[in-house]
Amino acid sequence: MEKHITLPLTEDLAKSLKAGDTVYLTGTIYTSRDAGHKRMCEALARGEKLPFDPTDATIYYVGPTPAKPGQVIGSAGPTTSGRMDAYAPTMMSVGARGMIGKGARLPEVVDAMKKFAGVYFGAIGGAGALIAKSIKKAELIAYEDLGAEALRKLYVEEMPLVVIIDSEGNNLYEEGKKAYLESVE
Amino acid sequence: MREINVSIITDTVEKLCIEANEHLPDDVKCAIKNCRACETWDTAKGVLDKIIENYEIADEQNVPICQDTGMACVFLEIGQDVHFVGGDLREAVDEGVRRGYTNGYLRKSVVADPVRRGNTGDNTPAMLYTEIVKGDKVRITVGPKGFGSENMSQIRMFKPSAGLQGIKDFILQVVEEAGPNPCPPMVVGVGIGGTFDKCALLAKKALMRPLDSHNEDPFYAELEDEMLEKVNALGIGPQGFGGKTTAIGLNIETLPTHIAGMPCAVNINCHVTRHKTETV
Repeated sequence: MEKHITLPLTEDLAKSLKAGDTVYLTGTIYTSRDAGHKRMCEALARGEKLPFDPTDATIYYVGPTPAKPGQVIGSAGPTTSGRMDAYAPTMMSVGARGMIGKGARLPEVVDAMKKFAGVYFGAIGGAGALIAKSIKKAELIAYEDLGAEALRKLYVEEMPLVVIIDSEGNNLYEEGKKAYLESVE
Repeated sequence: MREINVSIITDTVEKLCIEANEHLPDDVKCAIKNCRACETWDTAKGVLDKIIENYEIADEQNVPICQDTGMACVFLEIGQDVHFVGGDLREAVDEGVRRGYTNGYLRKSVVADPVRRGNTGDNTPAMLYTEIVKGDKVRITVGPKGFGSENMSQIRMFKPSAGLQGIKDFILQVVEEAGPNPCPPMVVGVGIGGTFDKCALLAKKALMRPLDSHNEDPFYAELEDEMLEKVNALGIGPQGFGGKTTAIGLNIETLPTHIAGMPCAVNINCHVTRHKTETV
């Protein structure tokens, strides 16, 4: 199904999304890759607050290219999500519900998604120039020293995504491949 | 003997870094379009359309096709009659990368130490490969390599008894294990033979060869076609959402090897298989 949704990603909204849905996302999201996740999880372990409110938040796994003059952001496609698997359950435990990336996730992440009503969205890997067009505002909010991996707050409009794993653990990678192979048998 | 000032190498590397990252080679575009025409699965068609739209935007607006503008793999085929003057060749290549990634607004994705990390801030050093060839020219190829796909690559030192079947099974196993991670549709570079290190280099060189070309040896040319078909029967599809188009190309490069061995390396690349060449 094609769905146009507006953030924050509340529990009800998250549960309404199903693996395979095409989603056009509008609202505020946060960027982070492994180096940023490591720092955030270390901060949580020390009892500190995160640089943003994680409640119902969506995190985009991306390290964009630098913006050229006149651009909001450079090319900004997803990075491989598996590198965030070590941190994703902790992030979900403090309220972050949405993840945008590409590639497979570990069972521990899927278990946490079922427990906390999380959603894993896929953006098209390698389509950084196209995806950048849906990013209307970008603001650096923390970890500037990490360069491309710094934490940014983005405002996106109609960002084209696909639900890869839903809050019940259904997985488009498994189901899509199976359905295609059955169709050509 | 011909003298070449290394400043020319710097200027050329700078230019090639930017051009390679913004403009996909024609053979890769053509392969993607051919696969789109043959694709039967609706989701896959939609993804391939977006991939085409993406490289068209990059072409028109001169922006990077992908945000992972890669490690700068620089191949220099140096004519044996060339004498470099005006400075250090290695430094000249790195300066070209430094300028290209800074002036071209490309992402700096290199850490100074593999364990202790720390971004170098200018995407240097280049991964430099030099080869001495006949003549008095220098052929420079820049192939920025993203790591979503590099991380999915594998090498295995087979016993000769594993035979051709062992190689075929291994190629399919590597692609299957890569699954959705390397941004399929992918390009598969296969190296067979040589030593452990040369075999991996063959696989990387296979990725630099145009996708509309074949191995000169008919035996391996046929194997390229057979394995591409088998890879595309796995059903992974564009982005791993299912479909026919798991790979848009599969190139094989080989070298003689030892009587006791049969190394095979599979280097995976994504649909943004970038490389740009210029001869000085």
